[in-house]
Amino acid sequence: MGSPTDSTAEHEDGAVNRRRFLTFLVAAPTLTLATNLAADAIAPGTAEAVVSILPQPAEIMDLGDVLILAGTPTAHLLVLELTEDGEAHFELPRAEVGQGITTAVAMLVAEELDLPLSKVRVRLADARSELLMNQLTGSSNTIRSVYGPVRQTAAAARARLIAAAGKQWGLSTDRLVTRDGVVVAPDGRTATYGSLTSLAAKLTLPGLTATPKPESEHTLVGTPTSRIDARAMVTGTMRYTLDLDVAGAKPTMVRRPPTINGTVRSVNNEAAVRAMPGVIDLAVVPAGVAVMAATFGQALDAKNALDVTWNGGTVDALSDADIRLRLRAAAPPFIVPPLLTQHVDAEFDFAFVSHAPLETNSAIADVRDDRAEIWAGLKSPIVAKQTIAAAIGLPEDRVTVHVTQSGGSFGRRLFFDGALEAAQISKAMARPVKLMWSRIDDMRHGRARPATHHKVRATYALGRVLTYEHRVAAVETDFRHGLGEILTATAAHLPVAGNLSFAQTVFLTTVKVPYDFGVVTELLNEVPLKMHTASWRSVYSANTRGAEEILVDELAKRLGKDPVAFRREFLKTGRQRAVLDKVATAGNWGRAMPAGFAQGVGFHDEYKSCTACLVEIDARDPKKPRVVKAVIAADVGRPINPRGLEAQLLGGLTDAIATTLRAGLHIDRGLPLEGSYSQFHYARQKDSPPDVRIFILPANGEPGGAGELGVPAAVGAIANAYARATGTRPRSFPINFDVDFTPFSR
Amino acid sequence: MPTYTFSVNGKTVTIDAPADLSLLWVLRDKLGVTGPKYGCGIDVCKACTSHLDGEAINPCVVPVSQVQGREVTTIEGLADGGTLHPVQEAWLEQDVPQCGYCQPGQIMAAVALLRKNKNPTDAEIDAIQNVCRCGTYFRIREAIKRAAAKM
Repeated sequence: MGSPTDSTAEHEDGAVNRRRFLTFLVAAPTLTLATNLAADAIAPGTAEAVVSILPQPAEIMDLGDVLILAGTPTAHLLVLELTEDGEAHFELPRAEVGQGITTAVAMLVAEELDLPLSKVRVRLADARSELLMNQLTGSSNTIRSVYGPVRQTAAAARARLIAAAGKQWGLSTDRLVTRDGVVVAPDGRTATYGSLTSLAAKLTLPGLTATPKPESEHTLVGTPTSRIDARAMVTGTMRYTLDLDVAGAKPTMVRRPPTINGTVRSVNNEAAVRAMPGVIDLAVVPAGVAVMAATFGQALDAKNALDVTWNGGTVDALSDADIRLRLRAAAPPFIVPPLLTQHVDAEFDFAFVSHAPLETNSAIADVRDDRAEIWAGLKSPIVAKQTIAAAIGLPEDRVTVHVTQSGGSFGRRLFFDGALEAAQISKAMARPVKLMWSRIDDMRHGRARPATHHKVRATYALGRVLTYEHRVAAVETDFRHGLGEILTATAAHLPVAGNLSFAQTVFLTTVKVPYDFGVVTELLNEVPLKMHTASWRSVYSANTRGAEEILVDELAKRLGKDPVAFRREFLKTGRQRAVLDKVATAGNWGRAMPAGFAQGVGFHDEYKSCTACLVEIDARDPKKPRVVKAVIAADVGRPINPRGLEAQLLGGLTDAIATTLRAGLHIDRGLPLEGSYSQFHYARQKDSPPDVRIFILPANGEPGGAGELGVPAAVGAIANAYARATGTRPRSFPINFDVDFTPFSR
Repeated sequence: MPTYTFSVNGKTVTIDAPADLSLLWVLRDKLGVTGPKYGCGIDVCKACTSHLDGEAINPCVVPVSQVQGREVTTIEGLADGGTLHPVQEAWLEQDVPQCGYCQPGQIMAAVALLRKNKNPTDAEIDAIQNVCRCGTYFRIREAIKRAAAKM
């Protein structure tokens, strides 16, 4: 990883202008630098100098690198235990929310220990304050960040087991090998790990070194493997937060205000509600009025029966039209005037999107005078613990936070509002609580991907793209889940400079154009509205890169080129072209389609991985389009579990189908209209293609990220297919976004 | 409070509950049967899909008074001891679950479909409305076809 200066020096061929562009790009997108670009770069006479590969910040150091850097000092604080019954127990300081990371990590442990996978147990670690910045699950970074440390930890364990066997047998360790959970001597004697574990724990082994296996010797890692937790899931024995039996914790729900961030002025029928069947307690908390009952059914009835007078919220006057106007006004201006070259301009709008994990926001809290214990699905448990401790007035070390496996996240569980709320209620009621949000509340008062507005301009001449500008205006994304601390701590290392907001730093370390489009500038401006937002699978990339993939098709058309051929020509690396070629071949790109059907293609490169997606759409009824086939290829550097990777890409495809075609939130006077899956149209089986083919390319380096990788390419492919099938130019997403329901009352 | 007696996964249970309390909360909060999940409470996400006398139902909208004397089967009652139902087997073979939260309902919906229709078409599979927010639909479809072939 080079500094920005080093990286660009590689490309430098003496052009003075280029150094100025370099300063522009590396020193972050500020207006000062924009002046530079405008002065130096746009004259057609210097086109040759303009068309060059200048690294965007995310190409030098992406957000995943930032997280790894922040976590490096603590990366080895991993807990791996070998039990006397021969199992390996590994504590993973990450959250499993469906990505399959416990399986992938178990594979790494099993591989390095020479232990059957069935003997590896992976448990999610409690919040561990000493891990500082190394307990954040996000940015598709789990495997990238733990691949080295987990293998090194397991390799050290294996070396110790061998040393213990050597000691026991009086043999030199270099004559011993491991196999299926036993150490084997040259004469055939064996000792199980379980029998060696206590001795291995006691030995003083100065100078013991352990090196992970060379990857060429991997036999499990890299092979398609089923989820270690699938059996529990298909038999109904997997325990999610609300399935836990915590002594005394009773069903609790909260009546919430009619607008986002409204507050309680008065509860007008408290006595009547307290007298309802099953009701145990009631308390006013910052979020609203909490009711505890013997069952959730009774808690829900009581919550609905509450008569509450509310104070206003923070965005009561705002509806979609106002927000869209503000976004349009906030998009930074283009630098390159369209006067001197041919150009294509486009503007795009994306609606708010609920994360809508199927398990609603939920938590268990048991807050006592001198201690507290919390259970919840948490992707940033340390910040959760610190915040909860402060909110309930306990020292941090008196609060225990258990991370439970949860029913989906898609970014939602970066935030711990449910856990905080449960702790506040438990304190107020002086009882353990089992808090569940209703679906309606989860959709209306939960978090959402912010609405965005995009302006994109590309200039071109003589078959080349000379400049490429993308201006993004977004409702502010909330990153107050610990990422701010990480960015502050690593600020000196970031390939961006200047007084950037956290959001701009995230934007610049995640979003990059994969094409050689000359001088590229991408800027983010945020509109701070006091709404509940959060990163949504692929953060800025689904919209930003999705919009770009649409523009790429339109550019190709202007230049008279086929969309695949055009992408091939402008992609920067062979690795990128390989995934594109794979889908074009496997998906029979260019085949004749009946009227109303079309193919579309999209590409994306992020997290040190790249992917291409080809879809076929049936848009004979433009109001009811269906993606009928998808072909996806991905190069993730080094696949750990190809079956899990395919699952993540399938999920990304489904997310793209939903958000491109039908799923979004309408904001109406300070509250989303949508309140359930009958209104927020996340894809269902009837929207899902019956023909999906996914190809994971062979290993060629270190593992890249994959959890979020699939979304942006699929957004582009679906929109492009729809455009071709219908002869339209989709600009506002989701494409079909009527209010086709009667909203629930507020 | 009235008393209701019915069978859950082959065992007879008797509980005191208000007549309008939904079966979902009777199962989860009174009987500790947590396989059926809450996802919406209004019969649109189908995460709680279970069987009543062998037919798919959504316990979130079935009042407990309606199950008096009848047989309720949840995901926990689908396997025969340690022997999984062919649909559960197919789910494992296709490695369907991601977060897993909707899968008990998906499996119970698939079992109900296959009881009525041994060899469902794609269009018939499309009619399953259970939401999978992780987007595993293609693997669900493949698992249903695989289970149909087994059965």
